[in-house]
Formats: sequence, C-alpha cells, structure tokens
Amino acid sequence: MKILVAVKRVIDYNVQIRIKEDGSGVVTDNVKMSTNPPDDNAIEEAVKIKEAGKATEVVAITVGEEKAQETVRKALAVGADRGIHVKVDGILEPLAVSKILQKIVDKEKPDLVFMGKQAIDDDCNQTGQMLSALLNWPQATFASKIDVNDNKLEVTREIDEGLETIEINVPAIVTCDLRLNEPRYASLPNIMKAKKKPIEEIAASDLGVDISPRLKQLKVEEPPKRKAGIKVANVAELVQKLKNEAKVI
Amino acid sequence: MAVLLIAEHNNKELRPFTLNAASAASQIDSDVHAVIIGQNSAEATKKLSELPVVKKVLSVEAAHYENFTAENYAPVIVKLAENYSHIVCSANTFGKNLMPRIAAHLDTSQVSDIIKVISPDTFLRPIYAGNAFATIKSNDAKKCVTIRPTSFDPCESTGGSAQIEKIEASEEFSNTKFIKREEIKSDRPELGTARIVVSGGRGMQSGDNFKLITEIADKLGAAIGASRAAVDAGYISNDHQVGQTGKVVVPDLYIAIGISGAIQHLAGMKESKVIVAINKDGEAPIFSVADYGLEADLFEAIPQFMEELNKLNTIQK
Repeated sequence: MKILVAVKRVIDYNVQIRIKEDGSGVVTDNVKMSTNPPDDNAIEEAVKIKEAGKATEVVAITVGEEKAQETVRKALAVGADRGIHVKVDGILEPLAVSKILQKIVDKEKPDLVFMGKQAIDDDCNQTGQMLSALLNWPQATFASKIDVNDNKLEVTREIDEGLETIEINVPAIVTCDLRLNEPRYASLPNIMKAKKKPIEEIAASDLGVDISPRLKQLKVEEPPKRKAGIKVANVAELVQKLKNEAKVI
Repeated sequence: MAVLLIAEHNNKELRPFTLNAASAASQIDSDVHAVIIGQNSAEATKKLSELPVVKKVLSVEAAHYENFTAENYAPVIVKLAENYSHIVCSANTFGKNLMPRIAAHLDTSQVSDIIKVISPDTFLRPIYAGNAFATIKSNDAKKCVTIRPTSFDPCESTGGSAQIEKIEASEEFSNTKFIKREEIKSDRPELGTARIVVSGGRGMQSGDNFKLITEIADKLGAAIGASRAAVDAGYISNDHQVGQTGKVVVPDLYIAIGISGAIQHLAGMKESKVIVAINKDGEAPIFSVADYGLEADLFEAIPQFMEELNKLNTIQK
C-alpha cells in the first residue's frame, strides 16, 4: 500500500496575524511559517501505518511557492520516504489544488491520500473532498481513528453529533482531525538524513490543468473589535452585573 | 434562477441549522427550493415544506440515503444543479463534508462558511480563525456556498405549504459503507444553539472537576463547552470543543472558566453577546474579549458563583 500525504505551508498557528494596510491580504513577509497542524497528523498517521507493516511507501507532496518545500522536508524528517513539490506562485484555491493533486494521483497511483481536514489560513475545508469527487473515490473526512484491514479502512469521524464510523474501500481519501494522533518531533539525525531524501520538482504549468482563480478577494479587513470590558472585584458583583446590567441570567 | 437549499435532517426532523441555512438562502434570492435526501423521511419532508421561505421541496428516498453519506448525496444534487444559480447548506460537519464534493463535480470554487450575504455573488467570510474578514466575489456561473449557521437567524418554521415533488434516486456509491453513529445524548441544549454556554479549559485540571462546570450549566440551563486543551487532556469529549477546529458558538452568554484564550479558542466564541472570563492569570488573553473578567482561583470562584445564583429569585432559561 502506498500513501500520498498532502501538506500545506501556512502562517504558524501561534502567530497573531496582521492585515495589510491596503486591505489586499494578510502580511506573510518575515512571519513564522509552519506546516498546517492537521497535515502533521496526516503525515504521522501515514508513517505509523507504514511502521505497522501495512504500507510500503509514504510520499509527501506540497503545492506552492519555493519555500513550501520546507513542509515536505519536515515530512521527510519524520518518516516520509520521498517528496514531491508542485511549484506555483500565488494563492491557489482548493479547487485548483485538488486538480493538481488529481494529476499527481494519476501518475503516482497511491492507494490512499491523506491530508489535514482544514488549512488554518483560509479555513476552507474543501481540498480532500474535492479531490475525492474528481477521482470518484470514497472520502473519510475529519478522521480521529483509522484502522487498516487489507483493502478496507474503518474510519471514525468527528461529527457535530458525536462520532461516526464508516468503512471505505481503497483507493480512498482521508482528511485528518487533530485528535487522530500525536505528531512526533524530528530528531536531529533524522533531519540530517531527510536532506538526502529525494524531492521531485514539478512545475504546475506542466500538468495541463486550469488553476486560474474563480474567486476574487475584494478586501481583507479587521473583524469588528469588541468594546473593552471590565474586571469585576468578586463573584457577587459578577452575578449582579449579569442579572441587572447585561440582563442575561 | 432559484437557490437550492440542501436540508439537513435525521429522517424524522429537520436539524435546527437547516432553518439558518434557509434564511441565508432567502437573502441570496427569494426563490428558494429545498432538496431533502433520505429514507422514510416523510415527516422531515413535511416540516421542510412548512418553512415559509421554501417555495418548492424536492424529495428523494432510498435505502442508501439513510445515513446521509456525501458520496450518495452529491450525485443527486449535481443532477439538480443545472436549474439553480446557487447551492446552499450549513458549514457544520454535514455541509463541510458534502458541499466540496458537489462543487468539484460542478467545477465551481466553493465559498465556505460565509457570515454575510453582501450580494448574490459577494460574501463575507472569516479567515485565519476569524482574525480577519475577507470579502469574496465569486465569478463562477454556479455558486456553492456554505453558511456559518450562527451568523444567520433561523427562519420561521411553520406557516408555509410548499409543493413537494418526488425526484429520482441516483445509483448507490458502493465503496463507502456506514457502520454506526454514536450520538451523545443529553438533556442539555445543543452547544451550537444554546442561549448560554459554560466552558472549561485546562485550568479545570481534571475530568472530575468538570462536575463543577456541569453544576453551573444545570443551574443556568446551559450547554457545556471546552477548550481544545481540555479536550486534548482528556477531561471531556470532543463534541464539546469550541474553537477554530471545533464548534463556533454565539450564545447570549458565554462563561469561560480556566480558559487562557488561545487564538483558536477565541475563534469559536468571540462573537458571543456577553462574555465572562474567570481565570487566575490576570494577563490571560481571554480577558481581552471578556465583558466581565474575574481574576480568581476557579476552585474558589465556582462554588461562590453557585451560591450567588442560588440567591437569585429567578433565572432566565
């Protein structure tokens, strides 16, 4: 079994983002970037499946600018075997990314494709589902538990009402929730070793897919600020304020 | 062209956010049709036809629709899409799972999780966990839009009598099999729609201590929330998680206890009408969004809070 794992480079989750003065987007220059957190869970799960002897190869892929390759390198340092970097500048919509991934799937023929359930920059939550639609494969989204049994996967999904379990036949797409596992840290020797692992570079323009934007971002702005609150001295004052001032209890 | 709303239901009843999505759909265009895909779902179908904003209901029943799998839903909606300008549903786990599958089939770039309809092709949506708002214009001929349910008031649920039209089922998708759903049953209000939410964080220190949160929630008729830290620490199950990767809640009153206020948590609750924070760290970021902040040890403050609540003659429920 071969697993392809898609990873995205995003602004680090601990960074308080800043909006560009002209409202054209979010400042990314000189801002700490990292792998999208649930993508780390996707890599971890694929590596664990391989360590359990149920997969033979883990391939990490990213789609993006030059520096996006760091995320593939990081995946290689925690156990992925090789990498693919589809190079493209500018912001891509999930539909475009899924079309690029479809081309790579056609070529690589993985049995499974894993990725995070959502990227924490655009918060779209689309790419995995779109890719599975384009491939007409089953989709197990928001996975918090995966059992691999031959050519079937039993996946527990986090849904609003609780948990749902489904069984899907490979080939299949799984999008990973943060609760799926605890991603490991790369050890220094493994980081060094990862530098020798191959990363294939492909120009997006060579894949023959339409990745032109369909959406136009007209403006990015600060959300309305909450007006400053007050500190209360004690619980009695708090309850009195909630009862008589805010009138919510 | 009309707007197509995808109803979320459990075959008996409409799930509450269907009403919020219907209301958002009616802001895009007054001609709203709704599709309901299920099995033995006549009851839910009737309720859908009673929503005054819905002008026509399309209903399809088959055994493979019983568990709402996206792989079975998508082909039905894709087939209907030619008659509609927009396809709309909620951005909860139902809609998040389903809509991109439809959008990709239609070769449309989806607009996820909108909080405002600016015009039929332009929408406001939060990005970066709600730390920025983006105004997005869609240039696609067909628009697939998921709506943040808590940003739209639910529509009226009775008074309408839309015509119900049966449509044909699509073929079953056989590579996905539903096994089971474990719904957490509770007498409490649902987290997503509760008027009051009481949430605990890592400061609770143990799952046992969440009893203190439960007591207050019982007293106030509130839902129970939690930060991701509390969920990750195993204090409480994930369906209580509020935040960027959990649920987004907009109650009248949100009480955050022992929650520091990480960006990801604030994303899930900072639109609440009134926010209370109880935390012993006076510098905790949660205080920056709190209307009323109490710097105190929660293990002293919670019993006092119960005591003060018990003194009140009446509590709004």
